[in-house]
Amino acid sequence: MTRTHVQCNVNGDEVDFLTDPAESLLNALRDQLGLLGVKEGCGTGDCGACSIMLDDAVTCACLVFAAEAERSTIVTIEGLADADKLHPLQQCFLEGAALQCGVCTPGFLIAAKALLDRNPDPTETEVRYALAGNLCRCTGYDKIIRSVLAAAEEMRNDHGVSL
Amino acid sequence: MRYSAPTTVDEALATLTAEPNARVFAGATDLIPQLRSGRPEPALIVDLKRIDRLRGVTLTDATWTIGAATPTSHLTRNAGFAADFPGLTEAAGLIGSDQIQNRSSLGGNLCNASPAADSVPALIANDARVVVASASGERVVRVDGITIGPGATSLAPGEFIIEFQLDRPAASTSDAYLRMIPRTEMDIAVVGAAARITTDGGLCTGATIVLGAVAPIATRVNDAETALVGSTFTDDALAAVAAAASAACDPIDDKRGTIAYRRQVAGVLARRAVALARMRSTASSNESSQT
Amino acid sequence: MTATDQTATKQTATEQTTTEQTAAAAYKWVGTRPVRPDGVDKVTGKAQFGADRVLPGMLEGVVARSPHAHARIVSIDTTAAAAMPGVHAVITGADFPDLSDSGASADDVSRSRNVMARDKVLYVGHVVAAVAAQTRRQARAAADAIVVEYDVLDHVLTLDQATADGAPLLHPEMVARGIDPEDARPNTASRVAHERGDLDVGFANADVIIERSFTTQAVHQGYIEPHAAVADVTRDGRAELWCSSQGHFAIRSMSTTVLGWELSDVKVTPAEIGGGFGGKTTIYLEPLSLLLSQRSGRPVRMVMDRNEVFTASGPTSGSNIRVKLGATAAGALTAADIMLEYEAGAFPGSPVGAAAMTAIACYDVPNFSVVGFDVVLNRPKTAAYRAPGAPAAAFAVESVLDEVARELSIDPIDLRLMNAAVEGTQASYGPTFPRIGFVETLEAIRHCDHYQSPLGPNQGRGIGCGFWFNVGGNSTATVNVHEDGRLTVMTGSPDIGGSRSSMALFAAEELGIDVNTIQSIIGDTDTIGFADVTGGSRVTLSTGAAVIEACREMREDLCRRAALMWDVDRDLVEWVDGRAQHVDRTETPLSLADVAAKAGRTGGPISVTAAMNMRGAGAGFSTQVVDVEIDPETGQTSVVRFTTAQDAGTAIHPSYVEGQMQGGVVQGIGWALNETYTYREDGSLDNDSFLDYRVPVASDLPMIDTIIVEVPNPAHPYGVRGVGEVGIVPTMGAVANAIHDAIGHRLCDLPMSPMRILDAINQGNG
Ligand SMILES: Cc1cc2nc3c(=O)[nH]c(=O)nc-3n(C[C@H](O)[C@H](O)[C@H](O)COP(=O)(O)OP(=O)(O)OC[C@H]3O[C@@H](n4cnc5c(N)ncnc54)[C@H](O)[C@@H]3O)c2cc1C
Ligand code: FES
Ligand code: FES
Repeated sequence: MTRTHVQCNVNGDEVDFLTDPAESLLNALRDQLGLLGVKEGCGTGDCGACSIMLDDAVTCACLVFAAEAERSTIVTIEGLADADKLHPLQQCFLEGAALQCGVCTPGFLIAAKALLDRNPDPTETEVRYALAGNLCRCTGYDKIIRSVLAAAEEMRNDHGVSL
Repeated sequence: MRYSAPTTVDEALATLTAEPNARVFAGATDLIPQLRSGRPEPALIVDLKRIDRLRGVTLTDATWTIGAATPTSHLTRNAGFAADFPGLTEAAGLIGSDQIQNRSSLGGNLCNASPAADSVPALIANDARVVVASASGERVVRVDGITIGPGATSLAPGEFIIEFQLDRPAASTSDAYLRMIPRTEMDIAVVGAAARITTDGGLCTGATIVLGAVAPIATRVNDAETALVGSTFTDDALAAVAAAASAACDPIDDKRGTIAYRRQVAGVLARRAVALARMRSTASSNESSQT
Repeated sequence: MTATDQTATKQTATEQTTTEQTAAAAYKWVGTRPVRPDGVDKVTGKAQFGADRVLPGMLEGVVARSPHAHARIVSIDTTAAAAMPGVHAVITGADFPDLSDSGASADDVSRSRNVMARDKVLYVGHVVAAVAAQTRRQARAAADAIVVEYDVLDHVLTLDQATADGAPLLHPEMVARGIDPEDARPNTASRVAHERGDLDVGFANADVIIERSFTTQAVHQGYIEPHAAVADVTRDGRAELWCSSQGHFAIRSMSTTVLGWELSDVKVTPAEIGGGFGGKTTIYLEPLSLLLSQRSGRPVRMVMDRNEVFTASGPTSGSNIRVKLGATAAGALTAADIMLEYEAGAFPGSPVGAAAMTAIACYDVPNFSVVGFDVVLNRPKTAAYRAPGAPAAAFAVESVLDEVARELSIDPIDLRLMNAAVEGTQASYGPTFPRIGFVETLEAIRHCDHYQSPLGPNQGRGIGCGFWFNVGGNSTATVNVHEDGRLTVMTGSPDIGGSRSSMALFAAEELGIDVNTIQSIIGDTDTIGFADVTGGSRVTLSTGAAVIEACREMREDLCRRAALMWDVDRDLVEWVDGRAQHVDRTETPLSLADVAAKAGRTGGPISVTAAMNMRGAGAGFSTQVVDVEIDPETGQTSVVRFTTAQDAGTAIHPSYVEGQMQGGVVQGIGWALNETYTYREDGSLDNDSFLDYRVPVASDLPMIDTIIVEVPNPAHPYGVRGVGEVGIVPTMGAVANAIHDAIGHRLCDLPMSPMRILDAINQGNG
């Protein structure tokens, strides 16, 4: 088995690992780098639990070959909060009870971050479509959608954006 | 399985010549699920995304060029492209979730050769061409010459698509693509219908109508086009479009839809796509008459 | 609607429903919405779910599964597999004890054969062997190299095939329960019946009689976290197992029974559970990982792929249902004749019993007969799913009730109110209802803005109701006071939807301390006393009652200690607002920290454990209204508005009550519209991915408005009823009724997919 050497930046750290080229980036993040916050719900791109930011674009880590991560920049759920402060999305998810079991939560937070990076003032419908690639079986989505809208508002206010 | 990421078309061609049991890929959104479901692994996978020519959306003169490995999200977020091809933009934007969109490519959507591929009917309706890389040199092929059956393309081993080319639409011309899925997202089309319409006042002067997911490959509905051209989009003409579309279907019964359902809804969507494209074509002629 | 509006709705509903509900307002902590204790770990990715346990030297285990729906296993050859690179252990049915002559229960024997096939495979995906190797790829390659010779048998995939004369039998030795031998039908494991009054008289008294037949399809719980287990067996025979389940004690007893091991040799630690909905109350990978670990001498992790979850873990039953209702012109139900036939999967044990008990439990019907059949067929063994059995039966009954209301031109809520079960009604399944809140949920919906609002074109509105018993059961709680006076509450009930918060809220309320200072945790099987599974909507009720009991004992203990510290009589001390206080205010009150600091002098560490078997579960009712919009040319349904009212008894943490209500409704919407198992003729599952098994996605749905009705359960100290399950029961009926309202046709078969709806419209058009 030939293993490929991969160097990339994950959550601000320069890291490297050896991987079987057939392995997914999801498995590499979990098993080689110990980033177990990235979840596998399906392994085929259907549930979004493995969502990460790969070079600033939200992506299913299960649909990326680990070898493709060479020279890339990756942000996982572990890299979302500051050292001393949760990201507003995380805070709003907590306060809005947007999680029941919590296994979908890392993926939703990353996908929601990608949305708000691109569109700081989304409508409910825009949030629903932007998160359609993330399945949640517990909440019925209601509180997730509300929490994303609440975080968006908070972030707009924090950045002094007047509407 | 080995992995390689060539950075030029020639390097990619050489790699493919050296290893016949190789598979090119762009977003891998079809490839990885297929490997996971137990399809045999190739000896080599060739990542096309690091070749500059295969990435990007550019307009030169009157032609749009889209790198075959460009993520569809780059296409759908290009305002100029979306204004020229609202229907194709919608079609590309229907492929999977945002997560998928950041990876999925037109090259992959076409060469995976699924009968239900969403971008393909809209590409065909807009007379899109592809530039094929081959050890014997590049050649230009119409998109409807690529898919020859479910999972099968006309590309020879070692060949791949470099880019898509689309001429800007003529005046008073626009397109639309509609699909039927049971949910609102994250489904594979049960029926897809693309239309490109040219109008002159209330008159239809040009029509291309292409169906997806109702036959082994995307299907152009010539009878519907004939019924429409020269008409003023009367209810009768639109009913003829629907009837022709239903008649052109050669669908299968599968987990996603029955034959009868696909036939009936193909007519409905073809009619609606025509109406939408017509509305847009009139809007675009209003715009151009204002400028 | 904004979050604030939602709270307002709750208050409105509370006002509407009698004075009992002001009780909640009397609480300081109960009824508030603190951030849950495990929340930060879950939003930062730290929480460890089943697959997240990593041990040094850990191997990866995978399963070899049957490609046949029904076959005799002639031989299994594992020699080649065992010799492959990285492989450490291979197990097959030959490595498991045969429980059939051991006095084990029939359920245990079935479970043992479900986790590992012996002489026969009974469905595609049935386990035939398992392998542990250094990597998953190696283990998968070895599993693929196991050679199994099968003698393929004919199979049955539907209820009609299974019960047809001459059908191939899954269990030729099976003795049907409740059926006279002359009435025996193939593959029918049992018959249940609930009867009262005289059907003939009932139907003779009816002015309108409506009878319809329904079918529902198997659907999966669809939890996002696949099954996972990590086992580590040490050479002294002790074992540790980490897994995500709805009850680690149950996993321990089932796993050790199947393996023939001593129960207390295995310690099971509950991982965070990524959804269960009933589906994680049984074993799949757990005994396999234990045995592989024992054989290899190494820790072994096993995780199912999503397609394995769909093919081989329990969906809920598909069913055939016939409902005949009679009513007077004034709307009084006179008779109900109901037949239920439920798929059990490969082994007996569908929830048809609960279906029969709940089918008409919402209503007071003088004459009825509800008969149910449990049928085996060549599909995976079904597992519990949210109010097991009840939703399909309610779909049928609520649909026919809607027809009765239409026939009689009575408002569907009025018809239900006229026949509603109330305090004192003898429930259709036997006991007499104490105070229940069904009528209150109907009234809440009748008066809500949604029910009063106008409909748009192509839209229709439907009402549905549902009942679920809720259960009590065994629970243990330990409350420890730390040296600094802060509190840890420990129970043995896995938290699948925020129950840690509810436990902390009870402790805060009882002891008068800030809920945010309380640790609320779940102990492993060696650390905390026994608890039944998290299921039956029982945790807030029963485990909550244990926490309350422990806190009350602790309050007593704290008063006793304060009395010692002040050197006064115990009776002169009371516990007020989190502090010990002298009744005459002659001493400076003592906080928990003050008492804790002197614990050594007043009797040692402060710790109380309460264990109990709670009876007195409170019945739960829900009423829902839904508006759908149908595209008449494609049959596409959009759910445009949804409101659900549910009697929670008392909402301990209202956000999580709403969350349970919303989650149940959305699962019901999926079941109603799109979810189904699609089998190929060879018995393999055609839609074993989330792409084709269509659970609702965010863009399919509107907000799900909730009205929490609070009619306290008289048997619980805080009036709790249990809220997890009943919310799914009314939904399919409500959606079916809304579709009927929109298109003028009744759909009797689930799922009500665009294809079925367009078919119905086509037929109506001639
Ligand atoms: C969750 C999910 C949802 C999806 N939803 C949709 C949907 O709604 N509609 C839809 O149409 N599809 C859908 N798809 C399928 C898939 O995303 C699309 O077909 C996508 O466009 C494929 O692009 P890709 O770059 O990822 O292809 P890849 O997987 O990289 O390649 C696909 C195939 O094309 C070949 N190929 C790729 N690029 C080239 C090239 N330049 N030249 C020659 N051959 C090439 C590869 O060898 C492979 O055989 C979905 C997939 C997933 C996982
Ligand atoms: S695990 Fe990647 S999308 Fe489900
Ligand atoms: S909270 Fe459980 S899947 Fe979303």
